[in-house]
Amino acid sequence: MEEIRILSPTAILGYGFPMDSFIEGMKRKPHVIAVDAGSTDPGPYYLGAGISFTDKNSVKRDLEIMIPAALEAKIPVIIGTAGGCGGRPHVEFNLEIIKEIAKEKGLNFKLAVIQSEFEKEDIKEKLAQGLISPLFPAKEITEQDVEDTVRIVAQMGEEPFIKALEEGADVILAGRSYDPSVFSALAIKEGFDKGLAIHLGKILECAAIAALPGSGSDCMFGYLQKDCFILEPLSPLRKCTTLSVAAHTLYEKTNPYILPGPGGAINLHESKFEQISDNMVKVSGSKFVPTEEYFVKLEGVRKVGYRTISCAAVKDPIMISKIDEIAQSVKDRVINNFEHYGITDFFLDFKIYGKNGVMAMFDNIEESVGHELLIIIEAVADTQEKANTICGFARSTMLHFGYEGRISTAGNLAFPFSPSDCKVGEVYEFSVYHLLKVDDPAALFPISYIDFKEGK
Amino acid sequence: MEYKLTDVASVIRSKNSGPYELTFDIIFKDFEMYQKVKEANVINEKVFAPLYNIPESDIISLVYFDPAKAVKITIIRPISSGALGETDVYGAQQHAPLMKLKFQL
Repeated sequence: MEEIRILSPTAILGYGFPMDSFIEGMKRKPHVIAVDAGSTDPGPYYLGAGISFTDKNSVKRDLEIMIPAALEAKIPVIIGTAGGCGGRPHVEFNLEIIKEIAKEKGLNFKLAVIQSEFEKEDIKEKLAQGLISPLFPAKEITEQDVEDTVRIVAQMGEEPFIKALEEGADVILAGRSYDPSVFSALAIKEGFDKGLAIHLGKILECAAIAALPGSGSDCMFGYLQKDCFILEPLSPLRKCTTLSVAAHTLYEKTNPYILPGPGGAINLHESKFEQISDNMVKVSGSKFVPTEEYFVKLEGVRKVGYRTISCAAVKDPIMISKIDEIAQSVKDRVINNFEHYGITDFFLDFKIYGKNGVMAMFDNIEESVGHELLIIIEAVADTQEKANTICGFARSTMLHFGYEGRISTAGNLAFPFSPSDCKVGEVYEFSVYHLLKVDDPAALFPISYIDFKEGK
Repeated sequence: MEYKLTDVASVIRSKNSGPYELTFDIIFKDFEMYQKVKEANVINEKVFAPLYNIPESDIISLVYFDPAKAVKITIIRPISSGALGETDVYGAQQHAPLMKLKFQL
């Protein structure tokens, strides 16, 4: 094989793509259609709750086009990080969609399902064996931390995909995957350069985001050759430029020269970006440097409690000038009120928009204050009921709080909604972001197969 | 001569790089200005840290990336993405202090 051609229809499965671009992609006779279905960007909730952050109909719409087109062209479809996070319920969510499509269209194909979620006991054992180390800046974990974790997944490299391809899978649905793996697997299996294959995968995983104008819901096409790869956007509205591609190499990475992943890192110190036509860019020189030991990345979250929020606004300039003291006084009153009642362990926060709300995670970096403020009162406690109590009490206390110099004595807050309080449900936080040393990177991720015959 | 970063950069952005890091990209409009900034090293740890009121030790990397005529700064996220106290889960609106940056060349 002189060239591997890869169609990336969309940046995240369910984000959609124009049909015209997809048809252009199929005309170029791809050897594989691959798509990344997830990200940790939407935060810890989705991994913890076992819920997809992409919508069922949107995912089904994309797969309903991709799978029949690939079967007709006799090429594989590879889906990574199913259901957004790649845990068992996330894979299940996506599997149900594939089953529906198979049934509705009466399709014949072999589906590989690759799991990436671990049992806690398994992780505890590996921790005890010293196989788990924190990925800076995450901290060391203890057995108790693992026990408190709701769900742990590991990012697979290309090895399980290669195994599933060798075993004849037409469609591969995988749990948590290193984003480039779904794009690079077939190429690495066919003996293409791993550094180039993974670098190409890094760019294709965001589909047309690397083009100009960028889009997360349009197709990108990759041509991998022996000593370079070429990128081509499939919409005439977009162009790849050396700059758009190089700039994308920066995106969401720690250091653009060294991009670590399972089993090693790609090194871009020698990478060259060349414009070869109006809309196509050629990249060469990227190298894969394996690590001595093979590591995969673990991701896990723990449950923190339940959240209730209330949104309220302030226009009174006197109140605005004293807002920090008022918020502190309200907080003290809430703590004092429930101290002897038995509700003591809760988190109460006032997000004050118009006064360094967006960047409150950094201390004292903004002095200017808006002429009106939006306050989000947030309570998190170990039950929804307690969170409701704390949020509601903080809200009513703030509404009627008699701060010094107050002349607006009817009420301090403007509520945009009735009811004013909103139950948000379970709250999670990342607790595991660690490396796991493995001997056999394919064996770590169990594969099962389903043979669909006329949709069943 | 004093320059405003917003006058010489075409992209100034922030984003999570995984749940424990925040990363900032500054892409310059032209290679000439990028080279001058790089040679004078006007964007460095000492300039960046005070913009965010963080110690320099929280900066994981500050790299000039020639192919994109860009400077990339990655820092320890003050809290992990989505942890209690979060105000920007994706980290996509943490770039504003950079827009005030001025420097001499």
